[in-house]
Amino acid sequence: MTWINAIIQGILLGGLYALFACGLSLMFGVMRIINLAHGDLALVGTFMVMVVAQHVGLSPFAALLIVLPGAAIVGYLLQYGLFTPSLRGGELSPLLATFGLSIVIGNLLLEVFSADTHSLSAGALTTASWRISSQISISALSGVIFGVAILVLGGLQLMLSHTQLGRMMRATADDAATAELVGINAKRVYAVAAAIALATAALAGTFFGMRSSFDPTLGPAQLIFAFEAVVIGGLGSLWGTLVGGIALGLAQTIGAQAFGAGWSIVCGHVLFLAVLAFRSQGIFAPRQERA
Amino acid sequence: MSSIVPAARSNLPHPELRVQRWTRASLTFSSATGVLVVLLALVPFWFGPNVTEKLTELFVLIILAAMWNALAGYAGLVSVGQQAFIGIGAYAVIVLTDHGINGFLAVVLAALFCGVVSLPTSLLVFRLRGGQFAIGMWVVAELFRLLVTNDQSLGGGTGVSLNVLNVYSPADRQAYTYWVALALLVVLMLVGFLLLRSRLGASLQAIRDDERAAESVGVPVLRAKRIVFLLAAVGCGAAGAITLINTLIVTPDSIFSVQWSAYMIFMVLLGGLGTFEGPVLGALVLFGIQQEFQNDGSWYLVGLGVVAIVVTLLLPRGVWGWVVERFHIQLVPVGHTVRSLLRRTAGR
Repeated sequence: MTWINAIIQGILLGGLYALFACGLSLMFGVMRIINLAHGDLALVGTFMVMVVAQHVGLSPFAALLIVLPGAAIVGYLLQYGLFTPSLRGGELSPLLATFGLSIVIGNLLLEVFSADTHSLSAGALTTASWRISSQISISALSGVIFGVAILVLGGLQLMLSHTQLGRMMRATADDAATAELVGINAKRVYAVAAAIALATAALAGTFFGMRSSFDPTLGPAQLIFAFEAVVIGGLGSLWGTLVGGIALGLAQTIGAQAFGAGWSIVCGHVLFLAVLAFRSQGIFAPRQERA
Repeated sequence: MSSIVPAARSNLPHPELRVQRWTRASLTFSSATGVLVVLLALVPFWFGPNVTEKLTELFVLIILAAMWNALAGYAGLVSVGQQAFIGIGAYAVIVLTDHGINGFLAVVLAALFCGVVSLPTSLLVFRLRGGQFAIGMWVVAELFRLLVTNDQSLGGGTGVSLNVLNVYSPADRQAYTYWVALALLVVLMLVGFLLLRSRLGASLQAIRDDERAAESVGVPVLRAKRIVFLLAAVGCGAAGAITLINTLIVTPDSIFSVQWSAYMIFMVLLGGLGTFEGPVLGALVLFGIQQEFQNDGSWYLVGLGVVAIVVTLLLPRGVWGWVVERFHIQLVPVGHTVRSLLRRTAGR
């Protein structure tokens, strides 16, 4: 029974990883930038929700209504102020600039909020659970997070394949210069992608903060999990990212069940390296296999 | 030291041109460096352990900067996970000395061991490109940190201290540590220098300037990258091992910390990515900053990050790159300068 429980927990945890990963995946897909500050930016979202909830007296869910648009605006501005200028410096510059950003944010959070652990209360959801049998129950919060993750990834997928904005993003991703020839403002498309990426990151960060306690040093770990989900699932497919997130979550919870809590994350890393070794295009490689 | 290679010897179509490698500036600088190394070797006779301990820290920074520059500046490999090898280097010293090997010999062996580890690692992470490689290396570093943390025989998460060097008196130990660090620094810089002057160095500088173009004219890109990755692993391993014998204590969280990557990136970016001299300059600057601000906690790291961003955006070749562009100076002769012989015969 404990094994079934581990599997269920792993799948639900995977939803959260996929939510962390979709913004990373979107930015990489559209502008070939790997944002090394993704995890730290997500954590900024977590802390902002905490601050708004505490000082305005809102529930964290209500605070999201303020923080998510804020995160989107920050993403939009970061694109114009940092990501686009760094793209001009060649392939390596965005990496260096976003790593610098990660160091700045991580340490600013440490200065402002100290190294103490914090937590976000999700109210009644925190303790509620659905009982499936005498030994298996699903926490309501984990279930809600998983549901939201599917909605967000599905929504992004629909947006990319069926809307004007989605077509513009795919065109810009394929060839920004040609897209501009037919009247697309590539910089704006990039900025919108960054805005969406940051909003999803802040959402994931908030859910992360509701699930477990957090402190300012955890940003890089979220980046790594998100990245592992993207690579395990296969680059360039949002459903692949969901599968990758779930695979990573399963590896962690089953690993913890089998070898003890200290090995949970190790097993996730090992799965990632195994995928690199044996199936480097990812489990869920996109259909078009181009050179 | 033949300073001038006539181009005609290689049947180039322009016999009136010659390729110059050594210049007066670089000859002077190289001789000065030789003198400086001799003077540095004498430091333990003149100064106490507090000076040599600080200088050892500086040597570690210079090694790290040079290695990260070799990776990113020449092989185009941006890694935020070189702390994997720093940590393995340090813990390898612990394991080797537990098996009765002399502590200072263990430093050298630990560095070589990191080179061995780097080969299978490269097989995996070289499947990733650009930013994916960067995080992939970070995963590798995290994996090793967790493996060490879970290993109680290595002290687990609380770390372990190195006791075998207690057979030396503290003054002797510090002096030997200093000499080992200086020797490794000199050897690694020399290897880097010779590598860059070799045929492989020409390949690497071509990869630095344009990887695709280099590949299209037959530069063995992957092999060149693997050799640099190996060298960087050995260098970072040496840096970790030296850090351990300098501080005598190691914890997985500090030795595998991503802060090392932040330091490396700061030094190389500020000094000048893809130049030989720049990272040394960057290391000196970071060393100075650390002496001044290290106790100010996170603010100083915020400052390092801000400088890294600003330099990336506004001064992408760093301080030394700017100096080279402005004054056409090269102190370490790793490049080629083509000069016309005709101009000279025309009476100039």
